[in-house]
Amino acid sequence: MASPEHPQKVKITLNDEIVWCDPNAYIIDIARNNNIYIPHFCYHERLERTANCRLCVVEIEIGGKKRIMTSCNLKPQEGMIVNTHTPKVLEARRVNIELLLANHDLNCPTCAKNLHCKLQRYSGELIVKETPFTGKRRNVPVDESSPSIRRDNNKCILCGRCIKMCGDVQTVNAIQQQFRGFETLVSCAFNEGLGESSCVNCGQCVIACPTGALTERSDIPHVIDALNDPHKIVIAQTAPSIRATLGECFGMNPGTNVTGKMVAALKKLGFEKVFDTDLAADITIVEEASEFIKRLNANENLPMITTCCPAWIKFGEQFFYDELSHMSTCRSPQAIMASLIKTYYAEKADLDPQRIVLVDIMPCTAKKFEILRPEFAGEADYVLTTVELGKLIKEMNIDFEHLEPARFDNPLGESTGAGAIFGHTGGVMEAALRTVADWLENKNFKHIDYQAIRGMETLKEATVHIDGMEINLAVVHTLGEARKLMEQIRSGTCKYHFIEIMACYGGCIGGGGQPAPTERFDEVLKKRVQALITEDLHKEIRKSHKNPAVNKLYDEYLGDIGGERAHKLLHTSYQRREFK
Amino acid sequence: MPADVNDLKLVESILKKYSRKEDTVAALQELQQTFGYLERGHLELLAKQLSLPLVHITGVATFYTQFKFTPKGTYHISICRGTACHVKNSETLLKHVERKLNIKAGEITTDKKISLECVNCIGACAKAPAMMINEKVYGNLDEKKIDMIIHSLE
Ligand code: SF4
Ligand code: SF4
Ligand code: FES
Repeated sequence: MASPEHPQKVKITLNDEIVWCDPNAYIIDIARNNNIYIPHFCYHERLERTANCRLCVVEIEIGGKKRIMTSCNLKPQEGMIVNTHTPKVLEARRVNIELLLANHDLNCPTCAKNLHCKLQRYSGELIVKETPFTGKRRNVPVDESSPSIRRDNNKCILCGRCIKMCGDVQTVNAIQQQFRGFETLVSCAFNEGLGESSCVNCGQCVIACPTGALTERSDIPHVIDALNDPHKIVIAQTAPSIRATLGECFGMNPGTNVTGKMVAALKKLGFEKVFDTDLAADITIVEEASEFIKRLNANENLPMITTCCPAWIKFGEQFFYDELSHMSTCRSPQAIMASLIKTYYAEKADLDPQRIVLVDIMPCTAKKFEILRPEFAGEADYVLTTVELGKLIKEMNIDFEHLEPARFDNPLGESTGAGAIFGHTGGVMEAALRTVADWLENKNFKHIDYQAIRGMETLKEATVHIDGMEINLAVVHTLGEARKLMEQIRSGTCKYHFIEIMACYGGCIGGGGQPAPTERFDEVLKKRVQALITEDLHKEIRKSHKNPAVNKLYDEYLGDIGGERAHKLLHTSYQRREFK
Repeated sequence: MPADVNDLKLVESILKKYSRKEDTVAALQELQQTFGYLERGHLELLAKQLSLPLVHITGVATFYTQFKFTPKGTYHISICRGTACHVKNSETLLKHVERKLNIKAGEITTDKKISLECVNCIGACAKAPAMMINEKVYGNLDEKKIDMIIHSLE
């Protein structure tokens, strides 16, 4: 019965303590909120609860009857007694793990997920000493066809999280269970490689995978070779979101901003220059703002959609090739920086561009695909994800925590608060609005915090009034949400003028190359966002068009914003992409 | 005789009958009945017809053992992998045939003449190891005997 102090709540006994809880919550989450962790594989905060792994079992007593039940899909009932760690429960979980280990490629020390794998973690926690079940082990080829993602099905425990992520959240549907029984595999149609499939390389499946079955395709060996080649000059650029997440690779709290240490670590690794992608983000904004104003005045190709996200671009080229005219022609900050380093910087520093090896430090597995686009040939050489950079720093035994902070190099190291917020959902739109408003009204606005497009909702809408115009905005993240908007555009019912799309939940701070939060997913992502918002607030200059380094670049080299040279170096084009 | 897989009109007339997700298995069955196996291009068309991702169609199709993905050759060899044959080393025989024809079980030679598959017990345990070519059973096999039989096909 609900009590007066707890209306609409039910009372349960959780490990001998009385807990009032929301009848629509689930036991696994209720327990976590009471500081009790229940091991799980298939459950993920953001995915449909399929309850297929049965690791989350607990002992339930209701009406005098005791039962073992899965807690991830179990709602509380008045008077329910829940025990999460009885000997019976522990034994059930242990047997579950033992069965999984019996058909697992147990090469933990050489696995990309070593020390970050849930199967490994739970085996340790449950003190599994041996695997009494011996039998045939799966032995299938590793899929290395994708430039972004490596899939080793011998490590897959068939929890199905990647399938839900790719299908339900991203609506890409590149992967699904194929075959049956012992032969069951998560794979693409006709068991072909991810690289030939409709996969957009977003890496959200990598973040979701509890084991080493899905990992980033590593470019660390190539980078080490380049760093040791005396004929090469190795340069790094770091994307806006890396500084807000890299610390987590070293056990720091989510949301710790490690800009200075990150630059210092890169210098220690042997990078000759470390440039800031934030500056390129500022350039993206001035180009995109000017493009948007042109389209707005001509009432042409609206809504305009941002194009910083390579997973979204591939998605658009595959599924909405009839609507590509809506995409901004502006390159992503990564691609802008790459083109400037191999042209402007090479000239300025009197270097042969052939000798420069550019390594992009990105939050993103899809960037590994982006740099291979033929339009960008010869620009960036390698992409390392945040996770890979963390591994590289560890491989070189650099004491990250105790590094003295260092600064980005000039002339491509100066940036604004607008560049900083590119790393989270809504940031690109907010940065663009700051410039669009100033330019259209010829003013220097003081109130530049666009709260309505901040936050973690996957669709955020706002209407702003600039220069007598009513401009409708939408910010979406996750490709499922993007698909809905694109269908509106296709059917002619879209009311927006300007749209920001990011493939990953949360934007780049939730990218497929970021350290995967092991739990409290949303909370971790929010802290990362906050790190960037704080950085923006503390910047002296918070508008892209006020960045002196950017203005100098246009004066010295690029010419007019949206001009001929700018077009050649800072813009691109898109085409229909066939897929299976 | 199975119908010609390139007869797109025929494919269309079959697919037309199906429109819902629940029709997947029925549509697959009719395609296989008509063409003898599931042709890749047909599955792509079926995915469009049912508005389902292709990977769902192949997921269903590979789940059921009744569905085949390669056509049968003029001669279809079924190597028995039942217990009796297994004990008599049918595995080695299979490897031998695979090497000889340069195809794997489930595949067909490039000239479309011979196809190969493994089957569960064909009921010829007394003559293990055994195989079938089309409807005919061959027993007490060894590598030499198999070579002769295959040569006689060519
Ligand atoms: S990278 Fe993205 S699109 Fe590709 S399989 Fe994973 S979730 Fe699907
Ligand atoms: S690849 Fe990873 S996420 Fe996907 S089913 Fe296997 S273990 Fe689960
Ligand atoms: S986590 Fe509950 S059944 Fe998998």
